[in-house]
Amino acid sequence: MKKSIKKLISVIVATAAIGTMLTGCGGSNSSTGSSKGDVTLTYAIWDKNQEPGMRKMADAFEAKNPGIKVNVEVTAWDQYWTKLDAGATGGSLPDVFWMHPNQAARYSSNSVLMDLTDKIKSSKLVDLSKFSKDLVKIYENNGKNYGMPKDFDTIGLWYNKTLFDEAGIAYPDETWTWDKLLEVSKKLTNPTKGIYGFGAPLDLQQGFDNFIYQNGGEVISADKTKSTLDTKETKDAIQWYANLSLKDKVSPTNNQFSEVSYSAFFESGKTAMGLFGSWMLSEFGANEYVAKNCDVAVLPQGKQRATIINGLANCVAESTSHKEEAWKFVEFLGSQEANKIQAESGAAIPAYEGTADAWVNVSKKFNSKVYVDMLPYAHINAYSKETEAWQNAEKAALIKGFTGEIPVSDACDQAAKKVNEILATEK
Amino acid sequence: MTLKSKSITKTKISKGTLNEWAWAYIMIAPTFIGLMALNIIPAIQTLILSFEKAGAFGKATWVGLDNYRKLFQDAEVLQAIFNTLKYSVIVVPGTVIISLIVAVLLNKKIKGITIYRTIYFLPMVAAPAAIAMVWRWLYNSEYGLINYLLSVIGIDGPKWITDPNVALISIAIVGIWSAIGYNMVLLLAGLQEIPKDYYEAASIDGASPLRQFFTITIPLVSPSLFFVVVTSVISAFQVFDIIFMMIDKINPALTNTQSLVYLFYKYSFVVNDKGYGSAIVMLLLAIIMVVTVIQVKCQKKWVNY
Repeated sequence: MKKSIKKLISVIVATAAIGTMLTGCGGSNSSTGSSKGDVTLTYAIWDKNQEPGMRKMADAFEAKNPGIKVNVEVTAWDQYWTKLDAGATGGSLPDVFWMHPNQAARYSSNSVLMDLTDKIKSSKLVDLSKFSKDLVKIYENNGKNYGMPKDFDTIGLWYNKTLFDEAGIAYPDETWTWDKLLEVSKKLTNPTKGIYGFGAPLDLQQGFDNFIYQNGGEVISADKTKSTLDTKETKDAIQWYANLSLKDKVSPTNNQFSEVSYSAFFESGKTAMGLFGSWMLSEFGANEYVAKNCDVAVLPQGKQRATIINGLANCVAESTSHKEEAWKFVEFLGSQEANKIQAESGAAIPAYEGTADAWVNVSKKFNSKVYVDMLPYAHINAYSKETEAWQNAEKAALIKGFTGEIPVSDACDQAAKKVNEILATEK
Repeated sequence: MTLKSKSITKTKISKGTLNEWAWAYIMIAPTFIGLMALNIIPAIQTLILSFEKAGAFGKATWVGLDNYRKLFQDAEVLQAIFNTLKYSVIVVPGTVIISLIVAVLLNKKIKGITIYRTIYFLPMVAAPAAIAMVWRWLYNSEYGLINYLLSVIGIDGPKWITDPNVALISIAIVGIWSAIGYNMVLLLAGLQEIPKDYYEAASIDGASPLRQFFTITIPLVSPSLFFVVVTSVISAFQVFDIIFMMIDKINPALTNTQSLVYLFYKYSFVVNDKGYGSAIVMLLLAIIMVVTVIQVKCQKKWVNY
């Protein structure tokens, strides 16, 4: 009898222990430093590839600030936002974390992020004029700064050198235009082998958004109140882009892309060219086939040159109990020194003016320089408070245009209507 | 009078009974606490949320029945109800009939029976996401194994996951395939409780195996069968992971395949309209409850305990 009671108690204790473990998983570890000068900050990020680089920056910070420790915590992209959302609701956010443009306005307008304006102004270490104005603006709200720009990414034209060599065509360069792209794509397309010249999927940032800006169009209006998908320049660009698969047949169709992702098409040598962001460098570098056979060039030009730029920022949680220490860390992350460390680790293209060269020097597998070269004419990726919501609606409405079921122009009108409905709820 | 009876009952409870009760409560406490914290309280909160317009980060305003009004006018939701019902109508009979047949066959004495049983149960052990990924490749219209095999015998296979008329059936096939193993084990347990003498007596009387199946096996396995039907219906109504993994956001078949749970996910976690998402899931709860109540009422007609 006694033995069984003992057993029972141990079972109960074990259950309770597991219970506390589970609740421990749910909340984020907002650190609890016991005394002054003994503080541990949590730095939440979502990209495993960048963890070593972030760690190096944290190490440099720790060396300069004895008594402050930094834990770099990686959570995969999908769970990252669920976790952050729950943390913001429950007031248990990590002290410092990455922010993405698609989410920035939602977080900064709900007093979840700490206002950094005055701190940046009085700082000797950081100077916002050293960053691209567009990037700084993403993390502004009512004229206040909520984020310290971390890095940027642009979109480049990737091509398969082997397929170009076989066809005896010169590699893409800065002289290329839309016509040249189409002409070469036609030459490279080989239906019997199942090879297409270009991959033109229904994608915004790595797809037709680049062509929209090159055609002098816009995705949403400058005041973020209206979709501009129903304007002529934008429609023409999307039409031209959709025709690549519908009419010219130089790209796999939308149906094919919904079965196999467009990066898989490129990585298996089934599309000779495609648009990919600089964040793909680490994946492509790790892919034996791509590393051996492929390279990247600047985007071809339409009426004008354009590429899409986007960038992350480091933010501090308003709810953190270590405001000073967290700011010190973010301040350091925004300094030239930290950006150099980031550049040399190859993690991402640093946002700080002039430090990108160091990144180019270590990213030698491909012609990564082009991503930095395109900076002068890069357009910021369209965003508003509910970016995720309208991007989704836009894609859904455009499907029928990309399958050829209805004219692209009609699909654009429908998409504009859906996006406008969502933008109207933002006010 | 009442006072008196109360005092009588009070004295009637001995210390031993009290002790027993206490133990009983302690024993059910882990389940009870878990159920409250993980199921019941969140369900009530979801109900409350369905009457609110959810802003960012838990700030919500009461909007009464607005979400429900929008719900019944939303063509997307009506389509999703239709998709969910269509999926269930294919999957539930498919699963139940096939798993019953497999269970009966695997109840015989064959060499290597445990190997067969293990093979049938394997889909249950694999992660749903992995299953969906593998099937997605099998279904691929150009490079997939299924269409390759069909082409060998001269059939031009359909576009399994991008044709709006076919995609839901393709998903249902995966749903049936992955549910058979689990239901088969449940039915097998039910079958093994049927005494062998019944079959012997029936064969002596000259009943054919088919007759034996319908007059002995089905009635006697009906309690297990009932359980299998109820749980299959509920899990079919809650289909999400296969659709989410197999149907891309740019897939033209998306509107013809998205289920209620898929819409719930979309509104709650992508569009960030948690109030509307909650209303959708409340609608699903109501549908499941109605169907389950009908099933429980009807069980008297065909289930023999």
